[in-house]
Amino acid sequence: MTVVAVLIVIWYVAAVLMNLSLVRGGFEREEAPYTTMELLAGTMIAERPLLPAPHQVVGAFVDGVFGYAPTAPRSLVYHSMVTLSATLLGFALGALLGIVLALAIVHSRVLERSLMPWIICSQMVPILALAPIFIVVLGAIGLQGLLPKSIISAYLSFFPITIGMVKGFTSPDPMQMDLMRTWSATPRQVLSKLRWPSAVPYLFASLKVAITISLIGAIVAELPTGAEAGIGARLLAGSYYGQTIQIWSALVAAAVLASSLIAVVSYAERKVAQRMGARA
Amino acid sequence: MTLLVEPVRMNSTAETTPHIYQSTATRTIAVDVSKVSLTFDTADGKVEALSNVDLQIGGGEFVSFIGPSGCGKTTLLRAIADLQRPSSGTVTVNGMSAEQARLGRNYGYVFQAPALFPWRSIEANLKLPLELMGFSPTEQKQRAARYLALVNLTGFERKFPWQLSGGMQQRVSIARALSFDPELLLMDEPFGALDEIVRDHLNEQLLQLWAKTRKTVLFVTHSIPEAVFLSTKIVVMSPRPGRITDIIDCNFPRDRTLEIRETPEFIAIAQRVRTGLRAGHSYEE
Repeated sequence: MTVVAVLIVIWYVAAVLMNLSLVRGGFEREEAPYTTMELLAGTMIAERPLLPAPHQVVGAFVDGVFGYAPTAPRSLVYHSMVTLSATLLGFALGALLGIVLALAIVHSRVLERSLMPWIICSQMVPILALAPIFIVVLGAIGLQGLLPKSIISAYLSFFPITIGMVKGFTSPDPMQMDLMRTWSATPRQVLSKLRWPSAVPYLFASLKVAITISLIGAIVAELPTGAEAGIGARLLAGSYYGQTIQIWSALVAAAVLASSLIAVVSYAERKVAQRMGARA
Repeated sequence: MTLLVEPVRMNSTAETTPHIYQSTATRTIAVDVSKVSLTFDTADGKVEALSNVDLQIGGGEFVSFIGPSGCGKTTLLRAIADLQRPSSGTVTVNGMSAEQARLGRNYGYVFQAPALFPWRSIEANLKLPLELMGFSPTEQKQRAARYLALVNLTGFERKFPWQLSGGMQQRVSIARALSFDPELLLMDEPFGALDEIVRDHLNEQLLQLWAKTRKTVLFVTHSIPEAVFLSTKIVVMSPRPGRITDIIDCNFPRDRTLEIRETPEFIAIAQRVRTGLRAGHSYEE
């Protein structure tokens, strides 16, 4: 709580400092006299501030969420839902791909040596550069809207899951593996009875990372192509028209979305851990 | 109840050449180790863990392997369990190769640590080998209950391993090794991590278990009193290279209690074990 309070104070001070020149310029243009108080007050209610004050952002956010019907084009709820659908689909695809790759890598030395370099390379290229290419190419073969965005999200989110699950599937200690060997368990039995349960903590850790990255991917996918809906679209519109408050309220919406997604994954993790005998 | 026939003894102390021991009292040969050598390729050269080991173990015997650290007793046990392949020589278990015996689920293995799966309840841990081997769910439940009762842990079915003490976890591990009724029980210093009091208690329980189930038990230990108390035969080993120094018979009655540890016979055998161990060591220092 103290940290939050300190951050808000710093924010206000910064807002004043950054908007000062803007407001002073405004007064001078109108050739109106101004006092310091009026100057300070001006920084707090500027229409196109450099750095919106916290209350302006909160006001815009509340307005965006509650002030419009959920399907209206100005509603933050509408845009969040659009981005959320792409995020979730991309996350599901990415998780599936990540787990399949991890299973392949763990069970085959050949695949481990051939796939890993490619997997790591795939993450080297900045997604901001790849996203327009993806969308244009997929648009050319007729896929538009939700699917290209989800594919970009999946592309970003499969990586932490692959890395995490490879670690997880190889985490059982040698004694447990020996035990399975003394009972002459088949590799499939070892997978289902030993490797999977051992990998669950790693799974949830990588899911939390993956779902955040998936959200970022969905937003990034909306930026370069001038999408009309979604948080990225809102950011884009805000930057076109100089509506900094709009940008900031969209960012707050993204942050709220990200934390709720992480909360859902954490809740699932707790429930699973209880069933798997975690210490109370 | 003592052995009806006195087995033929071939005593040799501090010899470098191994000898073959054959007991005339037992009916079947459960484990036959013949000229087994095992060399490990490590980063700094070869390590000869076992060198020309010959040993025969009859059915129903309780054999302890004792020796200093690094003498190859665990390696020998693992070779018998087909967890390690010998570089040369053969291991025969119940007339089959070690691998066939493992695939035929002829033995249960107990490690130094309980190695229970922390995400499974105690009952589920006991059922694990039974699930792998395809027992029916009713059979699994019955066996889990029976063997849990055998180690005096009825009522702990729903608990998780972290809720049990080390000694209790090790008892569950022993029950799990027995749950599918193997003919052999291989135990690698199972009580090593426990304190003396719990250890005594578990030694008594293990002996009762052995008397009741009549299994062949191969038991690796560091502790001389434990080895002398539990076994019908003690195999003394020495390191570098790993080899058998001495094989000692113990003819204590099957229903012995901890009091025999103060008897002169016990002390004599313990002394012999100690001499064998010291002789093995003297080749280094």
